[in-house]
Amino acid sequence: MRQATKQRAGRAVSLSTATCAALLLTTAHPSLLDAQAIAITNARIHPIAGPVIPQGTVVIEDGRIAAVGPNVAVPDGARVIDASGKVVTPGFLDNASTLGLVEIGAVPGTNDMSTSDDAITAAFTVVDAINPLSTLIPVTRVEGITRAVVQPRNGSSLIAGTGALIDLGGDRVTAMLHANPTAMYAVLGESGAGRAGGSRGAAVLRLREALEDARDYASNRTAYAESRRRDYAPSRLDLEALVPVVEGEVPLAVGVHRASDILATLRLAQDFGLRLILMGVAEGWTVADDIAGAGVPVVLAPMQNIPRFERLANSHENAARLDQAGVNVAFATFDAHNSRNLKQLAGNAVAYGMPHDAALRAVTVNGARIWGIDDRYGTIEVGRDADVVVWSGDPFELSTTVENVFIRGREMSKETRQRELLERYRSLPTRP
Amino acid sequence: MMRSSPALLFAGLLAAGCATSTAEPGAQPAPEAEPAAEPFASTYTPLPSRPTLIRNATVLTAAGPRLENASVLLVEGKIVAVGQSVTAPADALVVDGAGKWVTPGLIDSHSHLGVYPTPGGSAVSDGNEATSPNTAQVWAEHSVWPQDHQFELARAGGVTAMQILPGSANLFGGRGVTLKNVPARTVQGMKFPGAPHGLKMACGENPKRVYGRRNSSPSTRMGNVAGYRAAWIGAAKYRDKWKRWRAKGGGADSTEMPDRDLKLETLAGVLEGDILVHNHCYRADEMAVMIDIAKEFGYRIASFHHGVEAYKVRDLLAAEGICGSLWADWWGFKLEAYDGIKENLALVDEAGACAIVHSDSPSGIQRLNQEAAKAMTAGRAAGIDVIYEKAIRWITLNPAKAIGIDDVTGSLEPGKNADVVIWTGDPFSVYSKAEKVYLDGALLYDLNDPSTHRKSDFFLGQPVGGMTQ
Repeated sequence: MRQATKQRAGRAVSLSTATCAALLLTTAHPSLLDAQAIAITNARIHPIAGPVIPQGTVVIEDGRIAAVGPNVAVPDGARVIDASGKVVTPGFLDNASTLGLVEIGAVPGTNDMSTSDDAITAAFTVVDAINPLSTLIPVTRVEGITRAVVQPRNGSSLIAGTGALIDLGGDRVTAMLHANPTAMYAVLGESGAGRAGGSRGAAVLRLREALEDARDYASNRTAYAESRRRDYAPSRLDLEALVPVVEGEVPLAVGVHRASDILATLRLAQDFGLRLILMGVAEGWTVADDIAGAGVPVVLAPMQNIPRFERLANSHENAARLDQAGVNVAFATFDAHNSRNLKQLAGNAVAYGMPHDAALRAVTVNGARIWGIDDRYGTIEVGRDADVVVWSGDPFELSTTVENVFIRGREMSKETRQRELLERYRSLPTRP
Repeated sequence: MMRSSPALLFAGLLAAGCATSTAEPGAQPAPEAEPAAEPFASTYTPLPSRPTLIRNATVLTAAGPRLENASVLLVEGKIVAVGQSVTAPADALVVDGAGKWVTPGLIDSHSHLGVYPTPGGSAVSDGNEATSPNTAQVWAEHSVWPQDHQFELARAGGVTAMQILPGSANLFGGRGVTLKNVPARTVQGMKFPGAPHGLKMACGENPKRVYGRRNSSPSTRMGNVAGYRAAWIGAAKYRDKWKRWRAKGGGADSTEMPDRDLKLETLAGVLEGDILVHNHCYRADEMAVMIDIAKEFGYRIASFHHGVEAYKVRDLLAAEGICGSLWADWWGFKLEAYDGIKENLALVDEAGACAIVHSDSPSGIQRLNQEAAKAMTAGRAAGIDVIYEKAIRWITLNPAKAIGIDDVTGSLEPGKNADVVIWTGDPFSVYSKAEKVYLDGALLYDLNDPSTHRKSDFFLGQPVGGMTQ
C-alpha cells in the first residue's frame, strides 16, 4: 500500500505497448546516482568487451562508466577505491528468475509467479506483480547479481505471459525496468503436454493455434470487434499480447528439454518466422548444431544432471558443448532465493569444460544481447551503465567474497535481512 | 558409537519364548521360531582391492591438522598409515598425489537416493508413506532401488556412505538405513554392516499440512507435539511389557508373550538407545520443544535436520550433544525456512556443536564439498575462524558420528575403513573434482578411466544418457 500510493504516474506499462518496451525507462532515475565520481584503481578488470586488464582503473560518473583502462587518470575529487589484488567485472545477470515475484514459496499470498486464470495467459505480465522491496533482492545483489530477468511461471496454460528485465537497485519497479517484455514465455515438452491434455503433439498444436489466431487477429481487428470474424482460441487480451510475437518484435521463449522437443520448437519458430529463445535445454548439446544453425540463443542452468525421462542426456558439459558449437549461451538459476548461486553455476560450467571468459559472458553480455540491452549493460565500456562489482578474487570461486556492488553507479548497501539476523544472533543472549 | 543392531536386541527379547509360541490365526504373527538375528541383514562384501600408497598429496584427515606432502597407505580395505614418512609394501600400487588433495570419503546424513530414484515419476516415488502421521513401522530400505543412477552420480562427487531417510510428511516417517555407495543388485548388498537404524521424525509445517488438509490430526504444531508424546507413551508401555515378560523368564508361559508390533518395535528401539533419532526441524523454538520431549521419554536426538534456525539455539545443541545436519544456504521456500542465514554452519560449529552439511538433494549430494566451501566462506566473512580442518569434518566425520559409523569411517586414521577420495585439487574449490574414489580400499571411481563410469541398468541400451559428468 505504501508503495502503491507513492507510485509515479506516467510510467505505467500498457498491455498493448509491448512493442515499445525497449524505449521504456532506460533513463537513470536521478536520485539513484551518486554525484561524486568513483575510481576503482589497481584492479584486475574483466571488461568482457576485450582482454583482461591485469591492473587498471574504472571510473564511474553519473551512473555510467566514464573511463576504463590500464592508464586512466583519477578525476579530481573522485572517491578512490583501491582494488589491489581484487577483481572487477560487470554485475551479473540472472537470465531467468522469479525475483520480486515471491517472498516465501509456500506462502501463497507472497507468491505471484503464475496464474491459474485461464482467461489470462499470454497477456499476463510480471511487471505489476514485482515487489521491489522483497528481502530477496538485497540478499541477491550483495552477492554480485545486479540484474535479473523476472519471468512468469506457467499456471494451467502452456503460455505463461511476458517477463521483464530489472536491475536490483531500485525501490520502484518503473525505475528498475530495462526490458519489458523480455519475451513471451511458454512451455512445450512434458510440461506443455501436461497442460494440453497429455501429449506433446497436442501442446505444439495448441501453441500453433494461438499463434495462427494472433496472426489472423492482427490483420482483422475491426472485423473481430464487430463479431464478423471466426472465433479465436485465445482471449482478446491474449491475442493482443501475441501479436508482437507473431510480428517478430517480441521473442518467444520456450522451455523444452528433450532433443526431439527442441527440434519441434525450432520447426515451429521457423514456420512462423518467430524470434525464438530456448529455455532449459537439458539435452541441448545433442542437437547443438541445429540450435547454432538456427541462430537461436539458449538460457540454461549449467548444473542440472539428474536424469529424467525427458532429459536422459543431461550433462554437466551441456553449457560447454553448446558454447563450443557457437550457440549464444546465457546462464540462469530459474530460481529466486537461490539466484545468488548463479556464480557457483558458472564455476561448475568452467569445471566441466567451458572457458572462463565464455562463462563470464554467459552471466553478463550474452544475456544482454538476447534481451536487447547490450548497448547499456553487459560490459565495462565507456558509456555503459555502471553495474560494477569488486570481488576479492575469481568471481566464480567459492572462497571469493564481494567487496563492492554498484548498480547504475550507485553503491549498494551491504544490509540485508539475513545480515540483521546474523547481527542479532552473533552473540547469544544469556536468557533462553 | 557403533551400537548393536536394534533388530538384534529385540530378537534377543523375543527368542526366549519363541520355541513354544503358537500363532493364532488373524492375530499379529508371533514368531514361531527364533527370528533372524537381523532381518534384511547386510550382505555387503568389499570389492577386490590391492595395497595402495597415495604419495605427495595434501591430506585432510578430518582427525587432525592438514598434512603436506603426505602419504596414505591402504591395505586390505583399511587405512594402515597416514603421514609424511610411510613405507609401502613391495606389492603396493603407488599413486602420485602431487598437486592433489586427499580426504576421507564424503558422507551424507540425509539423502533420499533410491527412495526417490531417477528417472522419477510416481512409479518410483517411494519416500513418503503419507498415510498416517505415525508410520514408524516402515523401513526406507524397503523402498530403496539399488539401480538408482543417482548413486553413481553421488560416487563421482566423492560420496562413499549415506543415510537414506523416509520423507517428512509424518511425525514418525519410519526407519532410515545407512548404505555404502557401492553398485549392488540388492539393497542388502549396499547396507553398511553394523550401522544402526535411524528413525525419521518431522517437526513443523509438513506433518500439520499433510494431515491438516485431510481434516485429521495433526493440523497444528500443538497437534504435532501431542502426537509425538502419545506415541512415546505407547512405546514405553510396549517396551516395559517385553521387559516384564523377559524378566519372568521369557517363555515360561508362552500365552503371555506380547504380540509384536512393528511400529512400536521401532519406537521402543529408540527408547532402548539402539535406533538413532533424526529429526527434521527448522525452527529454533521447535528444536527446544523436541529436546524436552526427548528428555521426558528418555531418548536422545542424534541430529536435527535442516535446522535453518539452528544458529539461534546452537548453545542448546552443543549442551545436548545434538548434531545439526544443515544446508549451506537454502532458505525461504517456506515460512519456517525464512530465517536461514549462510553463517548457520559456522556458528553451530563455533558453539562446539557437531555441524554437518547434508544434502536432502540428488544434486547437492554431488557437491557436498562445494556446499561446505560456501558455508566456510560465509563464516570467515563474519569473523568466525573456519579452517579447512573443521570444514572437512562437516562432510565426513561429523555425519559419520550422527549416523553412528564414526568408529569405522569418516576420518583417515589407521584401522579405519579405507574410504578415501583423491581430489584434482583443493576440495573446497569450485573447479576441483573427485579424481579417485576408494571404498574399503577398492577403487570404485576414477575420473580418468571411463570404464569405472558405471551406468545403472536403466541406461543400458538408451541412445544417450547416464553420464557422470
